[in-house]
Amino acid sequence: MSTTVTLQSRRRRERWRTVAFLSPWLLGTGLFFLYPLAATAYFSFTKYDGFTSPRWVGLGNWDYVVHTYPLFWPALRNTLWLVVVVVTLRVLFGLAVGMLVVKLKRGVGVFRTLFYAPFLAPPVAATMAFAFMLNPGTGPVDTILGKLGLPQPGWFNDPTWAKPALTLMALWGIGDLMIIFMASLLDVPREQYEAAALDGAGAVGRFRFVTLPNIAPILLFAAVTGVIQAMQYYTEPLIAGKVASGQIGGAGQQVEPGYPDKSTLTLPQLVYNLGFQRFDTGAACVVALVLFGLAMVFSAFLMRRGNGLWVAGD
Amino acid sequence: MSDDTLVASDIRLGLHEADDIPRRPSWRRHAALEWIAVHALAVAAALFFVLPFVFVSLTAVMTDQQALTRDLWPSTWQWHNIVTVWTTPGFLTWWRNTLFYATVGTALSLVSSIPVAYALARFRFRGRNLAMMVVISTMMLPPQVVIVPMYLFWARQLHLSGSLWPLIIPLAFGDPFSIFLLRQFLLTIPKEYVDAAKVDGCGELRALLRVVLPMAKPAILAVALFQFFSCWNDYFGPQIYASENPSAWTLSYGLESFKSAHQTNWNLTMAATLLVMAPVIIVFFFAQKAFIEGVPLTGVKG
Repeated sequence: MSTTVTLQSRRRRERWRTVAFLSPWLLGTGLFFLYPLAATAYFSFTKYDGFTSPRWVGLGNWDYVVHTYPLFWPALRNTLWLVVVVVTLRVLFGLAVGMLVVKLKRGVGVFRTLFYAPFLAPPVAATMAFAFMLNPGTGPVDTILGKLGLPQPGWFNDPTWAKPALTLMALWGIGDLMIIFMASLLDVPREQYEAAALDGAGAVGRFRFVTLPNIAPILLFAAVTGVIQAMQYYTEPLIAGKVASGQIGGAGQQVEPGYPDKSTLTLPQLVYNLGFQRFDTGAACVVALVLFGLAMVFSAFLMRRGNGLWVAGD
Repeated sequence: MSDDTLVASDIRLGLHEADDIPRRPSWRRHAALEWIAVHALAVAAALFFVLPFVFVSLTAVMTDQQALTRDLWPSTWQWHNIVTVWTTPGFLTWWRNTLFYATVGTALSLVSSIPVAYALARFRFRGRNLAMMVVISTMMLPPQVVIVPMYLFWARQLHLSGSLWPLIIPLAFGDPFSIFLLRQFLLTIPKEYVDAAKVDGCGELRALLRVVLPMAKPAILAVALFQFFSCWNDYFGPQIYASENPSAWTLSYGLESFKSAHQTNWNLTMAATLLVMAPVIIVFFFAQKAFIEGVPLTGVKG
């Protein structure tokens, strides 16, 4: 047996081995990502009700969604509001809680468990719980605010308070961020703190010049993944709006989404509204593509800046 | 600078972490105050995180009348609310469906994701970086982006709407998030272990099964738990595919209809909410270590 032949056959065998190991994912990516993505792009240029065959209308759906469809701009504005406010507050609060747990001397395990648990609460159940707690009139939160003589907002029933109420709920589930911040805070070399203190840095200075630079990559990671999650915000605002409006109807009921006054409407909800309630498949696909574009922009950012984070094994 | 002034300035700067500083009364007072402040803050934060569970539980056992008042504490503990919810027609079916979706989905996703993650972590081949990029971008993809053609595919071509199969079957083709997490962990296993196994005559697959998998147990457990809960918590999927058929509903989807059927019964709705949350919280308490260690396992470390 000559060496060149074995080398060649080894290469070929390795190639087949790689394909074999990757095969489930290769099939899945084609079937459940590439094909439907191409189909979505195609449908976005057609008039299609899901039953009769699609008819080419060029940019007609795009024109309709941007200029006529009354829910597009409110939903985009809400999504951007949630992206900016929820992500900022979640990262800050997650970091604060992480720093607090790291400072604890007693009961670390218990506190960590209690702080993490809400992150796992199923979104529908969590939203039910918050819709109940923030329910104007009988909800415990307004009851307590009333006893303290504080104003009692309408929360999910008031257009200006619905998104802050969603934000409050998002802050309740910061367990994931707390854990990654804790891990990175514990990784900051202690000598750097000691050196900074010798140089005369106070608590603020040590945070600014030692902690922050050390955890900056994790902060960035948390912010970008947070943005991507906030863009997908679907279940919580949908359920909150439905419960608050009392229009909750289970299967098939037609409800104009975003109660109160479109304030809980988000982009992903439009895909459902257009595609599955109004049977305007083409317009639904336009919104889906907008969502895809936004997701890709932030994923690209994550991959560029995240290189040092997770391609470390190469 | 004399020893004394150095110590004094350190105390002022709050450098009490350094253990070599002599413990003087002022230092002790400072440390004690900080201890109290930190733990008081922790208790306050704990209230914020725990109170929602408490309010839900208390309301769940109130009488119908009391649940409509501003009372926070139940006057009579009506435990049979829990039984009422449990025996509501459909509730058990939703439980079974959710459990089926989550367990079968998790098993399929593990079996299909592990070899992919292994290949992405260990094999060198052209297009590997591109493959990683596709994994990361599909991991970040909102499910709504491809839902219209996917629905048409499952409902019109395969006639599987009204069931959970359109959600379970794709998990047999690798889940991007599981692939990503597992690959991150597999990168940390030294190459030498696999090489040694190969010298002993193992093929790549046997090396993976016999050597790598036992070492990757904590990561696999964490990934399994995350997958299980992402199925358990899914609302959008069952809403799209199962809404037309109540016998295929999951807990998350059923909870919503429960609320509409008991519009004014916050006590029953909260009892149902509690029953939907309970399994997740119970599993969490038992498998805490896996969860909490699982997050840093993503390999995102500074």
